[in-house]
Amino acid sequence: MLREIIVIALSAILVENFVLVKFLGICPFLGVSKKTETALGMGMAVTFVMAMASAITWLVQEFILVPFHIEYLQTIAFILVIAALVQFVEMVLQKISPGLYQALGIYLPLITTNCAVLGVALLNIQREYNFINSLVFGTCAALGFTLAIVLFAGVRERLEMSDIPKPLQDFPIALITAALLSIAFLGFQGLKL
Amino acid sequence: MIDQILAPVISLGGMGLAFGALLAYASKKFAVEVDERIPAVIDVLPGANCGGCGYPGCSGLAAAIVEGKAPVNACPVGGSACAAAIAGIMGVTTEETERMVARVLCYGTKDNAREKYEYYGISDCTAAAKLGGGSKSCAYGCTGLGTCVKVCKFGAIKIENGIAVIDPEKCTACGQCVGACPKKIIELIPASQSTWVKCKSRDKGGDVKNYCSVGCIGCKICEKACKFDAVHVIDNVAVIDYEKCVNCSQCVIKCPKKIIQGKLETKKARINEKLCVGCTICKKQCKFEAIEGDLKIKHKVIEDNCVGCEQCVLKCPKNCIEMV
Repeated sequence: MLREIIVIALSAILVENFVLVKFLGICPFLGVSKKTETALGMGMAVTFVMAMASAITWLVQEFILVPFHIEYLQTIAFILVIAALVQFVEMVLQKISPGLYQALGIYLPLITTNCAVLGVALLNIQREYNFINSLVFGTCAALGFTLAIVLFAGVRERLEMSDIPKPLQDFPIALITAALLSIAFLGFQGLKL
Repeated sequence: MIDQILAPVISLGGMGLAFGALLAYASKKFAVEVDERIPAVIDVLPGANCGGCGYPGCSGLAAAIVEGKAPVNACPVGGSACAAAIAGIMGVTTEETERMVARVLCYGTKDNAREKYEYYGISDCTAAAKLGGGSKSCAYGCTGLGTCVKVCKFGAIKIENGIAVIDPEKCTACGQCVGACPKKIIELIPASQSTWVKCKSRDKGGDVKNYCSVGCIGCKICEKACKFDAVHVIDNVAVIDYEKCVNCSQCVIKCPKKIIQGKLETKKARINEKLCVGCTICKKQCKFEAIEGDLKIKHKVIEDNCVGCEQCVLKCPKNCIEMV
Protein backbone atom coordinates (compact mmCIF):
# COMPACT_ATOMS: atom_id res chain seq x y z
CA MET A 1 0.00 0.00 0.00
CA LEU A 2 2.73 2.43 1.03
CA ARG A 3 4.89 1.28 -1.87
CA GLU A 4 2.01 2.01 -4.23
CA ILE A 5 1.67 5.52 -2.81
CA ILE A 6 5.37 6.25 -3.18
CA VAL A 7 5.34 4.98 -6.76
CA ILE A 8 2.37 7.19 -7.63
CA ALA A 9 3.96 10.17 -5.90
CA LEU A 10 7.34 9.88 -7.58
CA SER A 11 5.88 9.25 -11.01
CA ALA A 12 3.52 12.22 -10.69
CA ILE A 13 6.31 14.58 -9.67
CA LEU A 14 9.16 13.40 -11.88
CA VAL A 15 8.48 10.75 -14.48
CA GLU A 16 5.09 12.08 -15.62
CA ASN A 17 5.57 15.72 -14.62
CA PHE A 18 2.30 17.36 -15.67
CA VAL A 19 3.85 20.44 -17.22
CA LEU A 20 7.11 19.22 -18.68
CA VAL A 21 6.17 15.70 -19.77
CA LYS A 22 2.40 15.70 -20.22
CA PHE A 23 2.31 19.36 -21.38
CA LEU A 24 -0.78 20.26 -19.35
CA GLY A 25 -1.21 23.58 -17.54
CA ILE A 26 1.14 25.58 -19.79
CA CYS A 27 -0.83 28.83 -19.43
CA PRO A 28 0.04 29.66 -15.81
CA PHE A 29 3.43 28.03 -16.32
CA LEU A 30 4.37 30.72 -18.84
CA GLY A 31 2.26 33.48 -17.36
CA VAL A 32 3.22 33.50 -13.68
CA SER A 33 6.87 32.53 -13.91
CA LYS A 34 8.56 35.93 -14.04
CA LYS A 35 9.35 35.96 -10.33
CA THR A 36 10.07 33.03 -8.03
CA GLU A 37 7.85 34.33 -5.20
CA THR A 38 4.73 34.63 -7.36
CA ALA A 39 5.55 31.29 -8.98
CA LEU A 40 5.68 29.66 -5.56
CA GLY A 41 2.41 31.32 -4.59
CA MET A 42 0.78 30.06 -7.79
CA GLY A 43 2.14 26.59 -7.13
CA MET A 44 0.62 26.59 -3.66
CA ALA A 45 -2.76 27.74 -5.00
CA VAL A 46 -2.75 25.03 -7.70
CA THR A 47 -1.71 22.38 -5.15
CA PHE A 48 -4.64 23.23 -2.94
CA VAL A 49 -7.10 23.26 -5.85
CA MET A 50 -5.79 20.01 -7.35
CA ALA A 51 -5.80 18.17 -4.03
CA MET A 52 -9.33 19.25 -3.15
CA ALA A 53 -10.52 18.70 -6.73
CA SER A 54 -9.13 15.15 -6.80
CA ALA A 55 -10.88 14.31 -3.55
CA ILE A 56 -14.22 15.88 -4.30
CA THR A 57 -14.46 14.71 -7.91
CA TRP A 58 -13.64 11.15 -6.83
CA LEU A 59 -16.44 11.32 -4.26
CA VAL A 60 -18.85 12.77 -6.84
CA GLN A 61 -17.97 9.98 -9.29
CA GLU A 62 -18.33 7.27 -6.64
CA PHE A 63 -21.49 8.41 -4.87
CA ILE A 64 -23.46 10.40 -7.42
CA LEU A 65 -22.46 9.57 -10.98
CA VAL A 66 -22.04 5.80 -10.76
CA PRO A 67 -25.09 4.90 -8.60
CA PHE A 68 -27.42 6.92 -10.85
CA HIS A 69 -25.75 5.69 -14.08
CA ILE A 70 -24.97 9.20 -15.26
CA GLU A 71 -21.27 8.74 -15.92
CA TYR A 72 -21.69 10.63 -19.16
CA LEU A 73 -22.08 13.82 -17.08
CA GLN A 74 -18.54 13.35 -15.80
CA THR A 75 -16.96 16.30 -17.65
CA ILE A 76 -19.63 18.82 -16.74
CA ALA A 77 -19.88 17.70 -13.11
CA PHE A 78 -16.12 17.86 -12.66
CA ILE A 79 -15.93 21.35 -14.19
CA LEU A 80 -18.69 22.45 -11.79
CA VAL A 81 -16.70 21.21 -8.82
CA ILE A 82 -13.45 22.78 -10.01
CA ALA A 83 -15.04 26.14 -10.79
CA ALA A 84 -16.64 26.35 -7.35
CA LEU A 85 -13.36 25.40 -5.69
CA VAL A 86 -11.37 28.06 -7.54
CA GLN A 87 -13.93 30.73 -6.67
CA PHE A 88 -13.57 29.70 -3.06
CA VAL A 89 -9.77 29.84 -3.22
CA GLU A 90 -9.94 33.32 -4.80
CA MET A 91 -12.13 34.65 -1.98
CA VAL A 92 -9.93 33.19 0.71
CA LEU A 93 -6.76 34.50 -0.95
CA GLN A 94 -8.16 38.00 -1.35
CA LYS A 95 -8.87 38.10 2.36
CA ILE A 96 -5.73 36.43 3.65
CA SER A 97 -3.05 37.62 1.25
CA PRO A 98 -4.07 40.62 -0.88
CA GLY A 99 -0.49 40.96 -2.13
CA LEU A 100 -0.45 37.47 -3.61
CA TYR A 101 -3.97 37.99 -4.95
CA GLN A 102 -2.77 41.10 -6.85
CA ALA A 103 0.36 39.35 -8.05
CA LEU A 104 -1.51 36.35 -9.48
CA GLY A 105 -4.09 38.63 -11.09
CA ILE A 106 -5.95 37.05 -13.99
CA TYR A 107 -4.11 33.73 -13.64
CA LEU A 108 -5.99 32.78 -10.50
CA PRO A 109 -9.41 32.32 -12.12
CA LEU A 110 -7.58 30.74 -15.06
CA ILE A 111 -6.80 27.78 -12.81
CA THR A 112 -10.44 26.83 -13.46
CA THR A 113 -9.83 26.30 -17.14
CA ASN A 114 -6.42 24.84 -16.45
CA CYS A 115 -6.38 21.49 -18.21
CA ALA A 116 -4.00 20.13 -15.59
CA VAL A 117 -6.70 20.23 -12.93
CA LEU A 118 -9.39 18.61 -15.06
CA GLY A 119 -6.72 16.26 -16.41
CA VAL A 120 -5.78 14.95 -13.00
CA ALA A 121 -9.45 14.45 -12.09
CA LEU A 122 -10.14 12.47 -15.24
CA LEU A 123 -6.93 10.44 -14.97
CA ASN A 124 -7.87 9.36 -11.46
CA ILE A 125 -11.08 7.83 -12.81
CA GLN A 126 -9.42 6.38 -15.88
CA ARG A 127 -6.75 4.61 -13.82
CA GLU A 128 -9.37 3.39 -11.34
CA TYR A 129 -7.50 4.66 -8.29
CA ASN A 130 -9.12 4.38 -4.89
CA PHE A 131 -9.70 7.48 -2.74
CA ILE A 132 -6.28 7.62 -1.10
CA ASN A 133 -4.45 7.03 -4.36
CA SER A 134 -6.48 9.72 -6.10
CA LEU A 135 -5.67 12.21 -3.38
CA VAL A 136 -1.98 11.35 -3.51
CA PHE A 137 -1.89 11.54 -7.30
CA GLY A 138 -3.65 14.91 -7.31
CA THR A 139 -1.43 16.44 -4.65
CA CYS A 140 1.79 15.13 -6.16
CA ALA A 141 0.82 16.21 -9.67
CA ALA A 142 0.44 19.72 -8.25
CA LEU A 143 3.76 19.43 -6.43
CA GLY A 144 5.33 18.48 -9.74
CA PHE A 145 3.71 21.54 -11.29
CA THR A 146 5.11 23.69 -8.47
CA LEU A 147 8.56 22.22 -8.98
CA ALA A 148 8.47 22.93 -12.69
CA ILE A 149 7.16 26.49 -12.35
CA VAL A 150 9.62 27.45 -9.60
CA LEU A 151 12.57 26.05 -11.56
CA PHE A 152 11.41 27.90 -14.65
CA ALA A 153 10.91 31.15 -12.72
CA GLY A 154 14.44 30.86 -11.33
CA VAL A 155 15.91 30.50 -14.80
CA ARG A 156 13.79 33.37 -16.15
CA GLU A 157 14.91 35.67 -13.36
CA ARG A 158 18.53 35.03 -14.32
CA LEU A 159 17.73 35.55 -18.00
CA GLU A 160 16.59 39.12 -17.19
CA MET A 161 20.22 40.08 -16.64
CA SER A 162 21.62 38.49 -19.75
CA ASP A 163 22.33 39.96 -23.16
CA ILE A 164 19.64 38.36 -25.28
CA PRO A 165 19.25 39.34 -28.96
CA LYS A 166 16.29 41.65 -29.47
CA PRO A 167 14.12 39.24 -31.56
CA LEU A 168 14.38 36.56 -28.85
CA GLN A 169 13.77 38.73 -25.79
CA ASP A 170 11.03 37.98 -23.27
CA PHE A 171 8.68 35.36 -24.73
CA PRO A 172 10.67 33.45 -27.38
CA ILE A 173 13.59 32.77 -25.07
CA ALA A 174 11.12 31.66 -22.40
CA LEU A 175 9.64 29.08 -24.75
CA ILE A 176 13.09 27.83 -25.75
CA THR A 177 14.01 27.54 -22.06
CA ALA A 178 10.82 25.60 -21.35
CA ALA A 179 11.69 23.20 -24.15
CA LEU A 180 15.18 22.66 -22.74
CA LEU A 181 13.74 22.08 -19.26
CA SER A 182 11.38 19.53 -20.75
CA ILE A 183 14.25 17.71 -22.46
CA ALA A 184 16.07 17.68 -19.12
CA PHE A 185 13.11 15.93 -17.49
CA LEU A 186 13.24 13.26 -20.20
CA GLY A 187 16.10 11.93 -18.15
CA PHE A 188 13.60 10.57 -15.65
CA GLN A 189 11.89 8.35 -18.23
CA GLY A 190 14.23 5.50 -17.52
CA LEU A 191 13.39 5.47 -13.79
CA LYS A 192 12.26 1.97 -12.94
CA LEU A 193 9.53 2.22 -10.31
CA MET B 1 -37.55 6.76 -18.87
CA ILE B 2 -38.58 9.60 -16.62
CA ASP B 3 -35.95 8.66 -14.06
CA GLN B 4 -33.35 8.81 -16.83
CA ILE B 5 -34.15 12.51 -17.12
CA LEU B 6 -34.78 13.12 -13.42
CA ALA B 7 -31.52 11.57 -12.23
CA PRO B 8 -29.13 13.93 -14.06
CA VAL B 9 -31.35 16.97 -13.52
CA ILE B 10 -31.62 16.41 -9.77
CA SER B 11 -28.02 15.41 -9.23
CA LEU B 12 -26.46 18.21 -11.27
CA GLY B 13 -29.02 20.77 -10.11
CA GLY B 14 -28.55 19.66 -6.52
CA MET B 15 -24.77 19.95 -6.77
CA GLY B 16 -25.10 23.38 -8.36
CA LEU B 17 -27.36 24.59 -5.55
CA ALA B 18 -25.12 23.13 -2.88
CA PHE B 19 -21.96 24.73 -4.25
CA GLY B 20 -23.80 28.00 -4.83
CA ALA B 21 -24.91 28.08 -1.21
CA LEU B 22 -21.40 27.30 -0.04
CA LEU B 23 -19.94 30.12 -2.14
CA ALA B 24 -22.60 32.57 -0.94
CA TYR B 25 -21.70 31.76 2.66
CA ALA B 26 -17.99 32.05 1.89
CA SER B 27 -18.40 35.42 0.20
CA LYS B 28 -20.03 36.77 3.38
CA LYS B 29 -17.44 35.24 5.68
CA PHE B 30 -14.42 36.28 3.64
CA ALA B 31 -15.76 39.66 2.60
CA VAL B 32 -13.13 42.36 2.14
CA GLU B 33 -14.31 45.84 3.14
CA VAL B 34 -13.24 48.56 0.73
CA ASP B 35 -13.41 52.22 1.76
CA GLU B 36 -15.00 53.98 -1.24
CA ARG B 37 -12.46 56.80 -1.05
CA ILE B 38 -9.70 54.37 -2.05
CA PRO B 39 -10.90 53.85 -5.66
CA ALA B 40 -11.45 57.63 -5.91
CA VAL B 41 -7.85 58.31 -4.86
CA ILE B 42 -6.55 55.61 -7.21
CA ASP B 43 -8.33 57.37 -10.08
CA VAL B 44 -6.61 60.66 -9.29
CA LEU B 45 -3.13 59.16 -8.93
CA PRO B 46 -1.02 58.94 -12.12
CA GLY B 47 -1.23 55.15 -12.17
CA ALA B 48 2.40 54.56 -13.07
CA ASN B 49 2.97 52.21 -10.11
CA CYS B 50 6.56 53.48 -9.92
CA GLY B 51 6.92 53.06 -6.15
CA GLY B 52 8.44 56.55 -5.76
CA CYS B 53 6.19 57.24 -2.77
CA GLY B 54 7.62 54.23 -0.97
CA TYR B 55 4.37 52.26 -1.12
CA PRO B 56 3.67 49.21 -3.27
CA GLY B 57 2.06 50.80 -6.31
CA CYS B 58 -0.70 53.40 -6.59
CA SER B 59 -3.26 51.19 -4.85
CA GLY B 60 -0.85 50.77 -1.93
CA LEU B 61 -0.46 54.54 -1.60
CA ALA B 62 -4.23 55.12 -1.94
CA ALA B 63 -4.88 52.70 0.93
CA ALA B 64 -2.20 54.41 3.05
CA ILE B 65 -3.55 57.91 2.35
CA VAL B 66 -7.13 56.92 3.23
CA GLU B 67 -5.92 55.24 6.43
CA GLY B 68 -4.08 58.42 7.29
CA LYS B 69 -0.62 56.85 7.20
CA ALA B 70 0.61 58.84 4.20
CA PRO B 71 0.32 62.60 3.52
CA VAL B 72 -1.82 63.74 0.58
CA ASN B 73 1.23 65.06 -1.29
CA ALA B 74 3.16 61.79 -1.08
CA CYS B 75 3.12 61.22 -4.84
CA PRO B 76 6.14 62.98 -6.40
CA VAL B 77 4.95 62.19 -9.93
CA GLY B 78 1.45 63.61 -9.54
CA GLY B 79 2.82 66.82 -8.13
CA SER B 80 0.75 69.59 -6.60
CA ALA B 81 -2.22 69.15 -8.96
CA CYS B 82 -2.66 65.57 -7.87
CA ALA B 83 -2.10 66.45 -4.19
CA ALA B 84 -4.80 69.11 -4.40
CA ALA B 85 -7.27 66.63 -5.93
CA ILE B 86 -6.53 64.03 -3.25
CA ALA B 87 -6.89 66.71 -0.57
CA GLY B 88 -10.32 67.44 -2.01
CA ILE B 89 -11.33 63.77 -1.62
CA MET B 90 -9.91 63.53 1.88
CA GLY B 91 -11.23 66.93 2.96
CA VAL B 92 -7.92 68.50 4.02
CA THR B 93 -5.71 71.35 2.79
CA THR B 94 -2.29 71.01 1.16
CA GLU B 95 0.93 73.03 0.93
CA GLU B 96 2.87 73.64 -2.29
CA THR B 97 5.99 71.50 -2.77
CA GLU B 98 8.89 72.34 -5.01
CA ARG B 99 9.37 70.34 -8.20
CA MET B 100 12.55 68.24 -8.18
CA VAL B 101 14.45 66.52 -10.97
CA ALA B 102 17.01 63.75 -10.87
CA ARG B 103 20.51 64.51 -12.15
CA VAL B 104 23.43 62.19 -12.87
CA LEU B 105 26.52 63.64 -11.20
CA CYS B 106 29.10 62.39 -13.66
CA TYR B 107 30.54 63.70 -16.91
CA GLY B 108 32.95 60.86 -17.55
CA THR B 109 31.97 60.08 -21.13
CA LYS B 110 33.99 57.76 -23.38
CA ASP B 111 36.05 60.76 -24.53
CA ASN B 112 36.62 62.22 -21.09
CA ALA B 113 37.28 59.31 -18.76
CA ARG B 114 39.93 56.62 -18.93
CA GLU B 115 39.06 52.96 -18.49
CA LYS B 116 41.16 50.66 -16.38
CA TYR B 117 39.92 47.48 -18.05
CA GLU B 118 37.52 46.28 -20.72
CA TYR B 119 34.36 44.93 -19.19
CA TYR B 120 32.79 41.79 -20.65
CA GLY B 121 29.96 40.71 -18.41
CA ILE B 122 26.31 41.12 -17.50
CA SER B 123 24.98 44.43 -18.83
CA ASP B 124 24.12 45.64 -15.37
CA CYS B 125 25.70 48.48 -13.39
CA THR B 126 25.35 46.66 -10.07
CA ALA B 127 27.27 43.70 -11.46
CA ALA B 128 29.96 45.90 -13.05
CA ALA B 129 30.33 47.98 -9.90
CA LYS B 130 31.29 44.88 -7.94
CA LEU B 131 34.42 44.49 -10.07
CA GLY B 132 36.58 47.13 -8.43
CA GLY B 133 33.97 49.87 -8.83
CA GLY B 134 33.49 49.51 -12.56
CA SER B 135 35.66 49.69 -15.67
CA LYS B 136 36.39 53.42 -15.33
CA SER B 137 39.62 54.43 -13.61
CA CYS B 138 37.49 56.75 -11.50
CA ALA B 139 35.79 54.62 -8.85
CA TYR B 140 33.05 57.22 -8.44
CA GLY B 141 32.07 57.37 -12.09
CA CYS B 142 28.99 56.26 -13.97
CA THR B 143 29.36 52.70 -15.35
CA GLY B 144 26.99 53.51 -18.21
CA LEU B 145 25.36 50.05 -18.48
CA GLY B 146 21.83 51.31 -18.02
CA THR B 147 20.44 49.91 -14.76
CA CYS B 148 18.84 53.33 -14.20
CA VAL B 149 17.38 53.28 -17.74
CA LYS B 150 15.66 49.96 -16.97
CA VAL B 151 13.98 51.20 -13.79
CA CYS B 152 12.80 54.54 -15.19
CA LYS B 153 9.11 54.15 -16.00
CA PHE B 154 8.95 57.49 -17.78
CA GLY B 155 11.70 56.98 -20.35
CA ALA B 156 13.62 59.97 -19.00
CA ILE B 157 17.07 58.40 -18.94
CA LYS B 158 19.31 57.59 -21.91
CA ILE B 159 22.87 56.36 -22.18
CA GLU B 160 24.80 58.89 -24.25
CA ASN B 161 28.47 58.37 -25.00
CA GLY B 162 28.95 55.99 -22.10
CA ILE B 163 27.17 57.80 -19.28
CA ALA B 164 23.56 58.15 -18.21
CA VAL B 165 21.82 61.43 -19.06
CA ILE B 166 18.46 62.45 -17.60
CA ASP B 167 15.92 64.53 -19.54
CA PRO B 168 14.60 67.05 -16.99
CA GLU B 169 11.36 67.51 -18.99
CA LYS B 170 10.40 63.85 -18.66
CA CYS B 171 11.74 63.30 -15.16
CA THR B 172 9.05 63.14 -12.48
CA ALA B 173 11.42 62.75 -9.49
CA CYS B 174 9.92 59.42 -8.50
CA GLY B 175 13.32 58.43 -7.10
CA GLN B 176 13.60 54.94 -8.60
CA CYS B 177 16.87 55.71 -10.39
CA VAL B 178 18.33 57.20 -7.21
CA GLY B 179 17.83 53.88 -5.47
CA ALA B 180 18.87 51.76 -8.44
CA CYS B 181 22.27 53.38 -9.07
CA PRO B 182 24.95 51.25 -7.36
CA LYS B 183 27.40 54.18 -7.37
CA LYS B 184 24.85 56.50 -5.73
CA ILE B 185 25.65 59.30 -8.17
CA ILE B 186 22.06 60.21 -9.07
CA GLU B 187 20.59 62.90 -6.83
CA LEU B 188 17.29 64.76 -6.66
CA ILE B 189 17.83 68.48 -7.15
CA PRO B 190 15.23 71.29 -7.26
CA ALA B 191 14.17 71.83 -10.87
CA SER B 192 14.68 75.58 -10.59
CA GLN B 193 18.33 75.00 -9.64
CA SER B 194 20.27 75.30 -12.91
CA THR B 195 23.73 75.27 -11.28
CA TRP B 196 25.03 71.88 -10.20
CA VAL B 197 28.38 70.09 -10.05
CA LYS B 198 28.53 67.19 -12.49
CA CYS B 199 31.14 65.23 -10.57
CA LYS B 200 31.34 63.24 -7.36
CA SER B 201 34.95 62.12 -7.37
CA ARG B 202 36.51 62.44 -3.93
CA ASP B 203 40.01 61.66 -5.19
CA LYS B 204 42.79 64.26 -4.99
CA GLY B 205 43.08 66.68 -7.90
CA GLY B 206 46.32 65.18 -9.17
CA ASP B 207 44.75 61.72 -9.47
CA VAL B 208 41.58 63.05 -11.06
CA LYS B 209 43.58 64.87 -13.74
CA ASN B 210 45.18 61.58 -14.72
CA TYR B 211 42.01 59.63 -15.31
CA CYS B 212 39.38 62.17 -16.31
CA SER B 213 39.75 65.30 -18.42
CA VAL B 214 36.71 66.99 -16.86
CA GLY B 215 36.59 65.75 -13.28
CA CYS B 216 36.51 68.16 -10.35
CA ILE B 217 40.06 68.68 -9.03
CA GLY B 218 39.05 70.51 -5.85
CA CYS B 219 40.95 73.66 -6.78
CA LYS B 220 38.50 75.88 -4.80
CA ILE B 221 38.31 78.54 -7.51
CA CYS B 222 34.51 78.18 -7.38
CA GLU B 223 34.49 78.50 -3.60
CA LYS B 224 36.42 81.76 -3.84
CA ALA B 225 34.28 83.07 -6.71
CA CYS B 226 30.99 82.50 -4.93
CA LYS B 227 29.75 85.62 -3.15
CA PHE B 228 26.81 83.79 -1.58
CA ASP B 229 28.81 81.16 0.37
CA ALA B 230 27.00 78.46 -1.58
CA VAL B 231 29.93 76.41 -2.97
CA HIS B 232 32.38 74.54 -0.82
CA VAL B 233 35.03 71.99 -1.63
CA ILE B 234 34.42 69.06 0.69
CA ASP B 235 36.50 65.89 0.32
CA ASN B 236 38.21 67.18 -2.84
CA VAL B 237 34.96 67.79 -4.71
CA ALA B 238 32.84 70.94 -5.08
CA VAL B 239 29.46 70.75 -3.39
CA ILE B 240 26.71 73.34 -3.87
CA ASP B 241 24.34 74.29 -1.06
CA TYR B 242 21.06 74.58 -2.98
CA GLU B 243 19.46 76.67 -0.24
CA LYS B 244 22.05 79.45 -0.68
CA CYS B 245 22.72 79.21 -4.41
CA VAL B 246 21.03 81.92 -6.52
CA ASN B 247 22.19 80.65 -9.94
CA CYS B 248 24.41 83.64 -10.62
CA SER B 249 26.66 81.24 -12.58
CA GLN B 250 29.93 82.79 -11.39
CA CYS B 251 31.29 79.37 -10.41
CA VAL B 252 30.17 77.98 -13.76
CA ILE B 253 32.21 80.61 -15.61
CA LYS B 254 35.25 80.42 -13.33
CA CYS B 255 35.60 76.62 -13.14
CA PRO B 256 38.76 75.60 -15.05
CA LYS B 257 37.39 72.14 -15.82
CA LYS B 258 33.95 73.40 -16.85
CA ILE B 259 32.44 70.67 -14.70
CA ILE B 260 29.80 72.86 -13.02
CA GLN B 261 26.63 72.91 -15.11
CA GLY B 262 24.68 76.16 -15.32
CA LYS B 263 23.42 79.02 -17.46
CA LEU B 264 26.32 80.67 -19.27
CA GLU B 265 24.17 83.41 -20.72
CA THR B 266 22.55 85.42 -17.96
CA LYS B 267 20.20 88.34 -18.25
CA LYS B 268 21.14 91.82 -17.07
CA ALA B 269 19.13 93.82 -14.58
CA ARG B 270 17.49 97.06 -15.65
CA ILE B 271 15.99 99.63 -13.31
CA ASN B 272 12.80 101.37 -14.42
CA GLU B 273 13.74 104.97 -13.77
CA LYS B 274 10.12 106.14 -13.49
CA LEU B 275 9.39 103.84 -10.53
CA CYS B 276 12.73 104.09 -8.73
CA VAL B 277 12.61 106.10 -5.47
CA GLY B 278 16.31 105.96 -4.69
CA CYS B 279 16.11 103.88 -1.48
CA THR B 280 19.56 102.21 -2.11
CA ILE B 281 18.28 98.82 -0.92
CA CYS B 282 19.29 97.21 -4.21
CA LYS B 283 22.69 98.88 -4.13
CA LYS B 284 23.41 97.53 -0.63
CA GLN B 285 22.19 94.09 -1.70
CA CYS B 286 24.36 93.86 -4.82
CA LYS B 287 27.52 91.83 -4.18
CA PHE B 288 28.98 92.67 -7.58
CA GLU B 289 28.92 96.47 -7.23
CA ALA B 290 26.74 96.70 -10.31
CA ILE B 291 24.32 99.41 -9.13
CA GLU B 292 25.24 103.07 -8.77
CA GLY B 293 23.27 105.97 -7.37
CA ASP B 294 22.95 107.69 -4.01
CA LEU B 295 19.98 108.22 -1.70
CA LYS B 296 16.98 109.88 -3.36
CA ILE B 297 18.74 109.77 -6.74
CA LYS B 298 17.54 107.37 -9.42
CA HIS B 299 19.69 104.23 -9.44
CA LYS B 300 21.31 102.79 -12.52
CA VAL B 301 22.72 99.32 -13.33
CA ILE B 302 26.35 99.06 -14.42
CA GLU B 303 25.81 96.44 -17.12
CA ASP B 304 29.44 95.31 -17.24
CA ASN B 305 29.42 94.25 -13.60
CA CYS B 306 25.95 92.75 -13.52
CA VAL B 307 25.98 88.92 -13.57
CA GLY B 308 22.19 88.40 -13.50
CA CYS B 309 21.87 86.88 -10.01
CA GLU B 310 18.47 88.61 -9.67
CA GLN B 311 18.88 89.33 -5.95
CA CYS B 312 18.12 93.03 -6.47
CA VAL B 313 14.86 92.13 -8.22
CA LEU B 314 13.76 90.24 -5.09
CA LYS B 315 14.69 93.04 -2.72
CA CYS B 316 13.33 96.09 -4.53
CA PRO B 317 10.31 97.37 -2.54
CA LYS B 318 8.88 99.11 -5.59
CA ASN B 319 9.36 96.13 -7.98
CA CYS B 320 11.01 98.44 -10.49
CA ILE B 321 13.83 96.13 -11.58
CA GLU B 322 13.42 93.69 -14.46
CA MET B 323 15.81 91.26 -16.15
CA VAL B 324 16.48 91.77 -19.85
